[in-house]
Order: sequence, then structure tokens, then C-alpha cells
Amino acid sequence: MSEATEDIVFHAEKIDKIYPGTKALDQVSFDIRRGKVNVLIGENGAGKSTLMKIIAGIEKPSSGKLYLEGREVSFDSTVDARAEGIAIIHQELCLFPNLNVFQNLFMSSERTQSGMLDDAEHRKLAKEVLGRLNYPIDPDTRVGDLRVGQQQMIEIARNLLIPNLRILIMDEPTSSLSEQEVEVLFKIMRELTASGISIVYISHRLEELMRIGDYLTVFRDGKLVAQDQTKNIDLAWIVRNMIGKGKNYPKRSQEVDWSKRPKVLEVKDLTLPKSGGGYLLNKVSFDLRQGEILGLYGLLGAGRTEVFECIMGLRPLHTGQIIKDGQPLQITSLVDMIGHGFALLPEDRQRDGLVQTMNIDQNIALTNIAKYTDRWGLIHNHKESEATDAMIHDVMIKVADKNLPILSLSGGNQQKCVFAKGALTNPSIMLLDEPSRGIDIGAKTEMFQLIYQYAERGLSLIVVSSELEEIIAIADRIVVLSNGIKTAELTGADITQQKLVEASYKGHQAA
Amino acid sequence: MNKNDLVMTILKGRTLIVLALLVLFFSLASESFFTGSSLLSISKHVALYGILGIGMTYVLVTGGIDLSVGSIAGLAGMVSGLLINKGLTLFGQTIYFSVPTIVIIAMLIGMLIGLINGLVITKFAVAPFIATLGMMYVARGLANLTSNGATFPNLVGKEALGNTGFEIFGRDIAGFPVAVIILIIIAVLAFIVLRKTPFGWHILAIGGNNRAARLSGVRVDHDTVLVYMFSGVCSAVVGIIATSQLVASHPMTGNTWEMNAIAAAVLGGTSLMGGVGTIVGTVIGAFIIGVITDGMVMCGVSEFWQMIIKGLVIVLAVIIDQYQRNLQARMALQARNANK
Repeated sequence: MSEATEDIVFHAEKIDKIYPGTKALDQVSFDIRRGKVNVLIGENGAGKSTLMKIIAGIEKPSSGKLYLEGREVSFDSTVDARAEGIAIIHQELCLFPNLNVFQNLFMSSERTQSGMLDDAEHRKLAKEVLGRLNYPIDPDTRVGDLRVGQQQMIEIARNLLIPNLRILIMDEPTSSLSEQEVEVLFKIMRELTASGISIVYISHRLEELMRIGDYLTVFRDGKLVAQDQTKNIDLAWIVRNMIGKGKNYPKRSQEVDWSKRPKVLEVKDLTLPKSGGGYLLNKVSFDLRQGEILGLYGLLGAGRTEVFECIMGLRPLHTGQIIKDGQPLQITSLVDMIGHGFALLPEDRQRDGLVQTMNIDQNIALTNIAKYTDRWGLIHNHKESEATDAMIHDVMIKVADKNLPILSLSGGNQQKCVFAKGALTNPSIMLLDEPSRGIDIGAKTEMFQLIYQYAERGLSLIVVSSELEEIIAIADRIVVLSNGIKTAELTGADITQQKLVEASYKGHQAA
Repeated sequence: MNKNDLVMTILKGRTLIVLALLVLFFSLASESFFTGSSLLSISKHVALYGILGIGMTYVLVTGGIDLSVGSIAGLAGMVSGLLINKGLTLFGQTIYFSVPTIVIIAMLIGMLIGLINGLVITKFAVAPFIATLGMMYVARGLANLTSNGATFPNLVGKEALGNTGFEIFGRDIAGFPVAVIILIIIAVLAFIVLRKTPFGWHILAIGGNNRAARLSGVRVDHDTVLVYMFSGVCSAVVGIIATSQLVASHPMTGNTWEMNAIAAAVLGGTSLMGGVGTIVGTVIGAFIIGVITDGMVMCGVSEFWQMIIKGLVIVLAVIIDQYQRNLQARMALQARNANK
């Protein structure tokens, strides 16, 4: 088929999406081609999921227009989008585990007979659609009892039931499917496209994309950077476009012979089983030297956060050895690990980092408050206040009055408060999970300065980041995880975007 | 000072303002209201709601709730009555305890029930509402079992048995009700612990954001259990005072008092969502409940209207509370934008 004869079912024109502090989409114009598999690829946070949410009516664009069949449309909710035949299958399943298969399939589109639910019809239609998927599950099975892969198929079946389905968006649908299930899915996708339905497909499995995709679009930093027909491109083209030229963060300039520095932490064969089989982490080993900044890179779900959770005693099921300053540690609880000199900056600031009901001062002092008491066990206001003042100054939080609510601060300053809370315990090892997430570029640079400054003082840090430029700038050494396996360890000149991307996709291609 | 600041100041002082207006209103409406004797009798009731409310405030601050406080009060009263009138019979031997020992035993029982509440909630991940609802029935059943539903009357003890003096907790010392003295002691201690100790900070953090507190090294389960134990002890103290005031223990004593305790805390600005609450506020809240209840009685308002008015006041308090929180959030946002 030539370019000229192809028609466009959906067109997004110059879409901007601005969140507080970040621009998730920047002047993106994107076409969905009729009866094709339109593939999107890009790093985490590149903007592809945001664009899909806008098309499916979950989010509204900050500016820009949407055209369906040449007619301008705007969606206030997924219900609006569904009415136009646009459906989305999320990465995270949106099923009701307490209900059975046909109840899930017909939720909010129930068939009735004189006002009563027509379950006979439900069962019949459910069997039909599941038969079409080659997936004969009993419609009366409780969805919570199904495997994740089976649940994924139910999610797909639910969307197939939408009348006049025009566009089906699939956000990483294969991440939990077995190889056999992927084959079935691909067959279905081919059938759907043959019947004129257009598919948008997001995945991190490059090999799959090359196989199933007709058109491929690359996103980077909220921009659409390249697109072409799949038959014209190769893997090298994708990787080249994904990493791009890049932003410039100040790189720590120093020449250190790390082998002369003592090892403060050794992690040996860290393994964490996944509930329902498999591993979240599989024999991951690395070490950390004094004053070093170790980067931990990987895609979503590669096991980065789990490494931190194991070290901090939040994952009692892990096996393997954690050795600090030559002493093997018996990891029992988070409180003990803080006592051993560890500090954690969690990934989700609002959920795990801040106590929103407390003020700035209370948040910073929270972990260490028991250190500022007099002999009666009462908090010594002067001591406590001096300590938080010094820390606010040290981490450069800009604040007029530390008794203001924590939420009166900007995202960057909130993040510095979480950092300050950890730093106040005077740790020897800090674990930072996405320290620059959700903060603007100026605050990011300051956060990096902070990290350098603490490393200079002899603190050892492990930093998780999904941003390539960021982790390359900040880390002295980088460990790459993919599907719970350590796939690379890079130092010095070996640290390139190319190598990081390749290593982070390794486990995926083998699957 | 702009308009928002002014509104905020009024909102923050609203419990005291409401209390003052209520006192003024009832003084005008009933001649007998603002007299020494009726204020004394109100304060005795307030002490009961206040002590229960203080324990409840601790629980609410962690984001929990304790529905068993009324039943624990009933059980503590029944145990006191049983031990004074019947003693404890073990292996055919009947022992009588002194009043201080009886008080300690009753408080330990309250603490033990609180411990069970706390363990069920933290170790078995049962919602506080359900765990303490269950305990509300269990403790009430136990209270009835001590006497088969009967009342232990005339709890003055016998000189010969060395267990006299129980009625002291319902009396006055130098014209001042003992119950109020106990309320003041508990309130001061609870205030200091909540505001001035690491434990107080920790429970405020648990209610504000449980996950963040845990990741900040707060021993969430441990501290939560302690809070329910404290609430249990407060309830037992209330049971002892109420029994002493009546010089008799009835198994239904304290029935529905958990509602007054929650109302006192909420009127005082404690959030049912957790993380926010003050002891001073709760004590004022207890006064509001007491003044409304007794004031309406003195004015001859029917019991049914009393219920309706009490209900309206509580809901109104929460509506104003929500308004204050929204205003606070808006002002924080403004401050944040101004900072930029």
C-alpha cells in the first residue's frame, strides 16, 4: 500500500499538555492510520501515555485540537470517547476482581429484559467474544481467580464488545502475557485491523514492535521526534531516535581512583520472588564505594525500587546478602536500617515522602525527632529548631517560615524537605528513588548539586532514575537492571546512552 | 491582615466562641443555669465526656476510631462494683481488695482491652471501626456477665474489709469535683505527650500519612497499639468515676458514650481523617456537649429535641471544619504561588 492511498482516522493537532512544573506534551501532531497497527515508543515519561490518555478522554489537552474522521471532537471523559468508538486498554488492569467474567465484560453496558439483568444473554455474548479470542474461559469464573494474563484477555474482550469500535489503544498489553498468549493477541490484532479497526500500540518490547507494527512513532521529552513505516526502519534507527541529542546537565568533574576507596556496601545475589511465580529480582549483585554516586537504571518494572525496598527491610521475602562496611547485616526492619546509617528518599513524594498535615519543620525533623529530647523525654524546642534550621540552610530550601504547611512549598522545595529528612539522620548511605521526579529543570539542577555536595563530603549514594541524560550526568557508575536481572555495569567512558538503552531492553527481547 | 486571615482567626477560635455563645444563651434562657451548683453538675458530666474524648482524640489522630470506649467504661465500673461488693472468689477463698488496688485492676482491664483492639487492628489488619465495634459488644457482654445484668448497689465498702472510700471519685474536694481534677490531670499529660514528645509527633504523622510515617522510621504498629491502650485506660477511668458518682454500678453504664466522645473530639477540631487534633479543642468540645445537654434540660427542652439539636451541632461543626481546611489549602496554594 502506498502512502497516498492511506487514510487517517484520527488526527491530533499541536497538542500541549502542561502539568505543574513540567510539560508532558509539546506541540505534538499525531495521526492514527485506519486499519493499521500504530506503534508508539519512547522512554518512561516521554509523553506517549499522556497522549493516549488525551485521545481516550482521560485527560484534557492544555491546548490543541483533536479530529475524528476530519471532524473536530473533544472528550470530557472516557464515556464520551467510547461513544465515538475509541477505547483504551491500560497497563494496569481496570477489572473488578470480585465479580465474574461476564459481569466484568458488560459492566455499565448491561443487557436487560424488562428492566432485569439478562444473564443468559450475557453468558451467550461472553462465550461468543471469548471464542473469537480463542479463549474459552467459563463466563461465571470470578475474575480475581484468573491469572494476570487471562485477566488481560478479559480486558481486551471487554473492549471488543464496544459497538462500532473504531480505535483501540493498547498500553503495554503484553507485559503480563505468556508467549503463547502474545501470539493469540497478535492474531486478534490482525483480525481487528483487517476489519477496519485502527490500533495504537505501546510497548517496550522492540522485537514485538517490529513484528506487529505498521507505523512507528518515537517520542522523547514530550515531543514527537520521528515516525516512519516499520518496513523502512531497523532497531538502530529506533534507539538512535529514542536517545536523541539530549539535555546538558552539569557533569561532576573529578578523577577518582575508586578502587582505593573502601567498599561501604556490598549486595550479593539479591533475589526477590514474585507472588505467583518468577522473580522481581534475580541474583542482583553490586557494590558501593565511599563517596560514590551509583546509578541504578532500568525501565519501569525492572526492579529498581525493589532493590531499595529489600535493602530498607520492606521486603521480608528477599534472599541474598547485604554487607555494610564488611559486616553482613541481618535486615529486620526499616527502623533498624535507619539505625545502620541508611536513608531512603521514596519515589512518590506525596504518597510516601511527606506528611501533608504537618508543617515544614515537623516533616524535616520527623525521623530524627527522638534525638532532640531532654532527660524527661520532652522535645527540646531549641535543639530541634537549630537542627532543622541548619538543614534547611544546608539543602538550600527557600522558605520564609518553616512553620508553614509543607504543601505551601513548590515541588522542588518539597523534595528537598524529603531529602533533608533523610540527611538529618546523618546517614552514611542514601538511597534516592527518582529524586528529580515532578520538579522543574531549575530545581533538578539544584537537586543534583545537592547530591554532588553530599558525595564530596563522603556520603555514598545510590540514585534511581529513568531519565538517561540525568543518570549519565549524575552517576560515577551505572548498574542496569532489566526484568529483575542485572544486565550491565558501566563506568567512565563506557557510559553511553546507546549502551544503557540496549542493556535496559535486554531481558525484554529475549522474552 | 487580609480578609482570609481574619476569617481564619475566627474559624480557629470558633469552638471557644461557640461555647461562650452557648453559655450566654442558656444563662439568659434559664435563671438556674449560671449558678454554682448547676455549673458544678455540668462540669461533672463534662469530665466524663472530656476524658473519653481525650482518649478518642489520640485514636482519631492516628486515623483510627474507638467505638468500644463506652463499653469499656461499663465493664470497668462493673468490675469495680463486683470487687467491692462480692470480692474475688478463687478456689473457695474470697479476697477483698483495697480501693486503690481495685482502681488499678479496673484500669489494667481497660488497658488490656485497648491492647487487644490495637493488636487486632495492626496485626490482623482489621479496620479500626470493625475491630472496636466487635469489642463494643464483647466488653458490654462481659460487663453484664459480672452480675448477670444486675446492678451492684451501695458501693461504700466495709470498714472491716478495708475497702471503703470508693465514692471519693464522685465527690468534691474543697468544693471542686474530683472528676474535674482527674480530667485536668489527664488533659495536661495528654497535651504534653501530644505536643512535646516524639511519640506525639509520631502519632500525628501516622494519621497524616501512614506510609510516609512508616518510611520515615516511625514504628507505626507499635505506636498505634499504645494509642488504643491509652484510650482503654481513659475509658476505664471514666467507668470508675461514673460508678463512683452513682455509688452503684449498672452494666449499661456508658452505653452510647462513644458517640459523645467522638462528638467532643470532632467539635474540638479533630479530623476523622487523622493527623489533626488538639487536646484543648477536645476539652472545649466536651464542654460544648455538656452545656448543650444540661442547658437544654434546664430550659425544659424535650429529650427528643435535644437529640435533634445535638445531631445538627455535630454535623455543622464538621461542615465548618471542612470549610476551614479548604480555605487553608487555598491559602497555602496562594503562598506557594507568591513564593515563585
